[in-house]
Amino acid sequence: MAGDPSLEDTESYVLQLVKAGADIIELGVPFSDPIADGPVIQQAAERALRAGTTLRKILAMARSLRAKTQVPLVLMTYYNPIFRYGEAAFCRDAMAAGVDGVIVPDMPPDEAGTLRPLAEKAGLDVIFLLAPTSTAKRQVTVARLSHGFIYYVSLTGITGATLMDKAGVGKNVREIRRYTTTPVVVGFGIATPDDARQVAQVADGIIVGSALVKVIAEGDRSTATDRLAAFTRSLKAATLPS
Amino acid sequence: MPETLIPALDELARVYEKARRDPTFRAELGDYLRHYVGRPTPLYYAERLTKKLGGAKIYLKREDLCHTGAHKINNTIGQALLTRRMGKPRVIAETGAGQHGVAVATVAALFGLQCEVYMGTEDMERQALNVFRMRLLGSTVTRVDVGSRTLKDAISEAMRDWTTNVRTTHYILGSVLGAHPYPMMIRDFQSVIGRETRKQILQAEGKLPDYLVACVGGGSNAIGLFTPFLKDKRVKMVGVEAGGLGIASGKHAARFATGSVGVLQGTMTYLLQDDDGQIQLTHSVSAGLDYAAVGPEHAYYKEGGRIAYTAATDEEALAAFDLLTQTEGIMPALEPAHAIAHVVKLAPTLKRRQVMVMNLSGRGDKDVQQVARLKGVSL
Repeated sequence: MAGDPSLEDTESYVLQLVKAGADIIELGVPFSDPIADGPVIQQAAERALRAGTTLRKILAMARSLRAKTQVPLVLMTYYNPIFRYGEAAFCRDAMAAGVDGVIVPDMPPDEAGTLRPLAEKAGLDVIFLLAPTSTAKRQVTVARLSHGFIYYVSLTGITGATLMDKAGVGKNVREIRRYTTTPVVVGFGIATPDDARQVAQVADGIIVGSALVKVIAEGDRSTATDRLAAFTRSLKAATLPS
Repeated sequence: MPETLIPALDELARVYEKARRDPTFRAELGDYLRHYVGRPTPLYYAERLTKKLGGAKIYLKREDLCHTGAHKINNTIGQALLTRRMGKPRVIAETGAGQHGVAVATVAALFGLQCEVYMGTEDMERQALNVFRMRLLGSTVTRVDVGSRTLKDAISEAMRDWTTNVRTTHYILGSVLGAHPYPMMIRDFQSVIGRETRKQILQAEGKLPDYLVACVGGGSNAIGLFTPFLKDKRVKMVGVEAGGLGIASGKHAARFATGSVGVLQGTMTYLLQDDDGQIQLTHSVSAGLDYAAVGPEHAYYKEGGRIAYTAATDEEALAAFDLLTQTEGIMPALEPAHAIAHVVKLAPTLKRRQVMVMNLSGRGDKDVQQVARLKGVSL
């Protein structure tokens, strides 16, 4: 979560994550009403907002990061902050800051009629999500419209929930792959190296959010980067073929 | 809305589309409204209030006389019947004032559905009586202790539950909010208020009313009263929002007074938000109006100018609460007390032959403790 506990900290966390083996960085933009998120991300968003974090400041941080690393940067933001910023201005400024893509968890493709063409024109990937409840018809639509990768939500639930049905993930990812060559990356509920190992076997990548936020929040601020690096290395090791 | 919920919303839209055209469904709904809810509710001529204000004739649409004490049950009966059609064994709901929560807990008992109601901790304190009523009805009431701890956060939490349990659970949203088909479906279920009013006022006065007045939180009681009159160009309509401590204080829930367009919880509408699109805290003496967004259809009629919107402060609402209680012997809920407060301002400016109808959307029993506290009386 960008800005938890401060944007300066977030910037150093990102550089540490990259060093520890993260291939893509997802920057959470805090929102007051995150309906797709569990308590860990909700509380992180509250902390970030209290610290004065805004989308504008996050874009400034992304620009500063871009000068230091070539790692792909993806923003994860609810729609209202983008709408308020102005869709066209957001796409332009995000591109200029070196952001590569955006995930909007409350904006399915059906509701992306205005943002998608603007993002496409700016060269910003809009990454759509699929869920275990998505119908075959929706799998086809999202597979066609999602750029960069497809975010497969591993479980019927919110971020930070417990991932029980790993076999079901494999089945659904195979299903989606029938319609596309775009990479299918799996997130929600991946909290341990063991989760990472199992999901990485069936997907093109894994997304870890709540577990990292927890590592930051639970413990002393001065050692957060070390804890993050150790945890990320353990996740990365688990995803590599042994 | 999150992808996980889109198939459920599509299913609901399909099931509702089919049901609304199905005579069996309509008959079943009509039967419950008549024999269980107690419809039609009276349209009552408030003679003493009229004389006291010295202007237009004031009629009250007595939704406070519905079973459970508010209009909310018109919608929950409809959605419970749809839940049964979808074969789902569990319902969830959010509640602010507790009236919708009670109405959901009631139909859950009636139809044998498992029920969980989400409520902000601040509202649970303000509406302790309704919390206990829901528990007596067999529902679980779950505290929501995040964000502003009021209606908005209860909706978010209900949406999270729905996202997790969508295969077995129907979310009975309580106002004309959220994603399609909710605002349309709930408007349809509440439009029974306006359909009855139209017939009743024609019978009583031989003409249509000059004014309709209703309070607007999400706006379901208002849209329910207004909808059957929208084409009658001479019928003026006023929605009354919560002015809290006054618009200038910044502590209110008057979305049309200072809000701007945004997207919250699956709806594009007027919101109280800051420059960065973060939703702002609201304030109202009435938990049912204390919400940062307004139903999208209200936003539409506001922009088109068909419906006018104004606000009444906490203080004005409390004075109106006292006035109606002592003039007519009818204790209103604090939500419609805001509408009465506007009637107090508007009626004296009109002629005696003019007619206005105010939607008395709920009764005040639930607010007695809150009113005592505000008056500094310990019970």
